[in-house]
Amino acid sequence: MEPLGSAGSGACPFDVAVVQTKPRKGRYRENLDALCEVFAQIGERPTDLVVLPEAALTGYFLEGAVYELALAADNFAADLARAWCGVNGGRAVDIACGFYENFEGTYYNSAVYLRVEGTAAHVLHVHRKLFLPTYGVFDEERFLSRGRRLQTFETRLGRTAMLICEDIWHSIVPTVAAVKGARLLIVPSAAPGRGVESGDELASVVRWRSILQSTAAEHGVYIVYAGLAGFEGGKGMTGSSCVIDPWGGIVVAAPLLGAFVLRAQIDPREIDLARATLPLLGDLRAVLPDLLLDEELPIPRGGRDAAGH
Amino acid sequence: MLQVIEGQGRGAAPPPLNAALAARWLEAFLRDEICERRSIGRAVVGLSGGVDSAVTAFLCARALGPENVHAIRMPYAASSPSSLTDARSVVEALGIAERTIEITAAVDGYLQFEPDADARRRGNVMARVRMLVLFDQSAKLDALPVGTGNKTERLLGYFTWHADDTPPVNPLGDLFKTQVWELARYLGVPQALVDKAPSADLEADQTDEGDLGITYARADAILAQLLVGYSDAQLIERGFAADDVRLVRRRVEGTHWKRHLPTTAMLTNTAINEFYLRPVDF
Repeated sequence: MEPLGSAGSGACPFDVAVVQTKPRKGRYRENLDALCEVFAQIGERPTDLVVLPEAALTGYFLEGAVYELALAADNFAADLARAWCGVNGGRAVDIACGFYENFEGTYYNSAVYLRVEGTAAHVLHVHRKLFLPTYGVFDEERFLSRGRRLQTFETRLGRTAMLICEDIWHSIVPTVAAVKGARLLIVPSAAPGRGVESGDELASVVRWRSILQSTAAEHGVYIVYAGLAGFEGGKGMTGSSCVIDPWGGIVVAAPLLGAFVLRAQIDPREIDLARATLPLLGDLRAVLPDLLLDEELPIPRGGRDAAGH
Repeated sequence: MLQVIEGQGRGAAPPPLNAALAARWLEAFLRDEICERRSIGRAVVGLSGGVDSAVTAFLCARALGPENVHAIRMPYAASSPSSLTDARSVVEALGIAERTIEITAAVDGYLQFEPDADARRRGNVMARVRMLVLFDQSAKLDALPVGTGNKTERLLGYFTWHADDTPPVNPLGDLFKTQVWELARYLGVPQALVDKAPSADLEADQTDEGDLGITYARADAILAQLLVGYSDAQLIERGFAADDVRLVRRRVEGTHWKRHLPTTAMLTNTAINEFYLRPVDF
């Protein structure tokens, strides 16, 4: 694999398209058909990576219907590849998309990263959401199992990690991803909006943007955030998809309501510059072992087995 | 001496509202729920002459277009003439279709058999007849009934169960009454409706605040913090009167049932909404 965006000098910029979907609840095939039209629109200009939200083709609040709509990762990837190839022929592309996963009868809130070449879908990684919000309006853990691992993975665009929605609200998660080498964080999300008391924007949208910008700037990473849109039973998903550069700046952003395609160029050289200017990640690598090996931390010292995993 | 800058607590003010932001959000909600999800595109709103139904009509007109909003005035013989006039001012401001359907004969047709019914029972009968009319008109007009209840009256239980709360979509149900007033000012609801004392309009000189025993401003300020989880003692520490806190707490905790569907006996592993769990829009 020839990397386009790997670390160091000579890394090439690449183009990303973010699809802010507004799916019809539970109508997977109908939403997949609609995605074909979006793929055709995106295909009019070359792009290297297409990113879609959490639960992009089913809607987020499925409750018990999650068991009817969850798919094996390979089958979901094959559907996405067919949708892409059906309108764009054999043009290669990488796609990252959130979906409900059925893995041999265990159900996850997952995101798949696949490489489409020819008509084949090559699944490079499946991330299973680590933090399942189960409070207030959320009830994920009633229906789903937690992912247990955060992995980075190599793509031709550079080392990448996927974090789903609440995963990135825990600052330790993007920190671990960055320490493990991720230069691009893909964040599929479904965020119900709330907070109309003051300010010009929903409080939840302001909070999200603050997290994304501070995370990108702290670790010198690009973040591609794909937000689900549309109302689900009175709960409005806040879209607001965006691409954040490694300085914490907003490259492009979508409104909170409605379906959109965002396009942006990601230049890996910016990562090197940002990290040279503010070497927080390098500093962290030096000190992280001291922090994590602190005996006052409630971490079982016998490894995963000692934690009952 | 350095200047001292004091931190400001949350205080005892009712919750604020960015009315422009809320209006934009609620218009999108109405379009999604009525047009996209249900493919209806038209709304029918019962206009009482009060601020809640006026704001609802304004939001529907902005979301769907005034030509797609039908207002129904449903006066009872004892209703205040000013309620009809105020409702008319909303119709004229928006240019929406309107029909007035007297409910007196329908209400009295039943109440003639219950001459001893007190004001509460009579009010409930009127509210339920109004909902009967609204739903029948929705079928006739192929339009969705839109609810007008606000968060304060829902929390205080100040509504008729399976009447005011019945329409399938409600844009105001998560806004306190004081926030509805803010929204009304932003939307340009006729000033007379914003300024007048809210009333169920069942008897002369009746007001909501008189019935409830507390002003909406005080109730909303307490409710906003009570819902977050502050105890009565903490609320009193924050400057609220103990009697007001107790009144609000009692009303909220005594009316949970009004905010739920009927209690159904569970007998199986497939009990609806207990084991068989599907979102409303699935």
